[in-house]
Amino acid sequence: MSDIDEGLRGELQRQGIWVTSMQELYNWGRKNSIWPLQFGLACCAIEMIATAASRYDIARFGGEVFRPSPRQADLMIVAGTVTKKMAPQIVRLYNQMPDPKYVISMGACAISGGPFKQGYNVLKGIDRYIPVDVYIPGCPPRPEALLHAFMELQRKIDEQKLSGSNKAEHLRPDQPSEFPVPAFGAHDLEPAANADLFRPPEIQR
Amino acid sequence: MSLGFQELEAAERPPTIMTSRLEGELLEVSMGPQHPSTHGVFRMNVALDGEIVRKLKPVFGYLHRNHEKIGENTSYLGSMPYTDRLDYFCSMTNNWAYALSVEKLAGIEVPERAEYLRVILAELTRLQNHASLLGFLLSDMGAWGTPLMYAFREREKILDLFESLSGSRMMCDYMRFGGCRVDASPEWLARAKEVVNRFPKFLDEFENLIVENEILIARTQNVGKLSPGLAISAGITGPMLRACGVNYDIRKVDGYGYYPRFKFRIPLGEHGDTYDRLMMRALEMRESIAILNQAFEQIPAGPVMNPKVKIRAFKPPVGEAYGRIEAPKGELGFYLISDGSSNPYRYRVRPPSFINLTILEDLCLGHTVADVMVILGSVDIVMGEVDR
Repeated sequence: MSDIDEGLRGELQRQGIWVTSMQELYNWGRKNSIWPLQFGLACCAIEMIATAASRYDIARFGGEVFRPSPRQADLMIVAGTVTKKMAPQIVRLYNQMPDPKYVISMGACAISGGPFKQGYNVLKGIDRYIPVDVYIPGCPPRPEALLHAFMELQRKIDEQKLSGSNKAEHLRPDQPSEFPVPAFGAHDLEPAANADLFRPPEIQR
Repeated sequence: MSLGFQELEAAERPPTIMTSRLEGELLEVSMGPQHPSTHGVFRMNVALDGEIVRKLKPVFGYLHRNHEKIGENTSYLGSMPYTDRLDYFCSMTNNWAYALSVEKLAGIEVPERAEYLRVILAELTRLQNHASLLGFLLSDMGAWGTPLMYAFREREKILDLFESLSGSRMMCDYMRFGGCRVDASPEWLARAKEVVNRFPKFLDEFENLIVENEILIARTQNVGKLSPGLAISAGITGPMLRACGVNYDIRKVDGYGYYPRFKFRIPLGEHGDTYDRLMMRALEMRESIAILNQAFEQIPAGPVMNPKVKIRAFKPPVGEAYGRIEAPKGELGFYLISDGSSNPYRYRVRPPSFINLTILEDLCLGHTVADVMVILGSVDIVMGEVDR
């Protein structure tokens, strides 16, 4: 999003002058070169690979560079069932990613536990421990759905401000970029959710 | 205390210890659960002497989703969608194995057309599973991109067939005890025939790419050798067992479904190394195409569902049954104990990838750490099935 007057910009463009702002250029570069973390958990990971493979080709959106190391990744696609054994590693991987970082929660399992929600070993949603930017429902979501989520994320990045009171979260010093890693307790992960982050809606009956 | 770069520079370096051999001093490396080629969330604790693997301890349970426990608390029909998510590459064969064991438990007959459809779908599943396995294996070896793209190009064509038949690309939930959920239209069969007819062209291309590739041969021949004796005593099944030269295929041994009606050969390996396991998949795909072509010619008209079966309020008689099929990865079996109620009393899965994985340490000892990924890739595991 630009703060430049559209009419003025159009007028200048007709004269062969291209005007942009730092924020626009920066966001344009960021949103078209999102590097996801190469990291799959379960069934959704196969659809994630299919999205990166020949037919759906996420390279059209600039997201084909799957990085095996969290240090080089911008986007974590939580693709699959998160078990309680795996949740601490996911939070640790998220903490290891450099800012700005984004999370797509792919599939019913990563959102809420999905079909395996009744299982004693399944985490009921990864948003209990890390902030999620885009949720994709489905079991598993189709590759088109992942592409749609990717475009939604690009839109979100495009709207982020570099300055001012409503600037992007990763630029605000008071916003944490790391979250506490849950520990294995006697019966469950401790804490069961990050209270600063996870605010489930109260159901009105 | 944290040291900056300059402090580190200034600090006195410890004297370098020169040793000719690192004998006895093992370096422990944890590979996974986040690793680009562990095929899911699988961890291996490897003890290395230089680059040679001396110990390997697999760590499971990162994808344990209580499949069997949920199966005991769900009706017989309700477990069918969960079986899709066991081995998420091959939902059709999972459905079949589960349907087969319930049919054994309750003594249900399956109409002829449904049996043919099951064979067609199982062999299509085998084609796409083996094709993607080869793609993944090659990309583990460093052929990043091309083979996987070729394999997924073919896989998408088969997934289109699954989708137009069952409504879902991966989680088909297509089979029912007593038949199949919906009938295949003549147009669907014509499209399937076309996909199968084009498949050999892809296989030729793919085999050209891999069979005589010098790098692939260097990376796979004599790597991860499995002796027939160990394979049999460890309960290895599927292409991994046949790569050692043991002639054991449940399609021939049990003759479930209508497999005895088809003419096909069982490819056998000789050395039991990674190369043989890889080639086994390529050869099996050729045989699957032969089965599919016969099935398309023989498939009769008729119903696809046994009308006597009440799948919704389904209560089988008291008893137990074990139904097994030759899934693309090996023997997939479901063991069910019924106490006469609407839920199984015990629901047990015999997953081929888990049991094939038990000999991972024997295969990897003495090889370099880079070979571990190749060996693991050739075992063909899917974590959904290993951890359940």
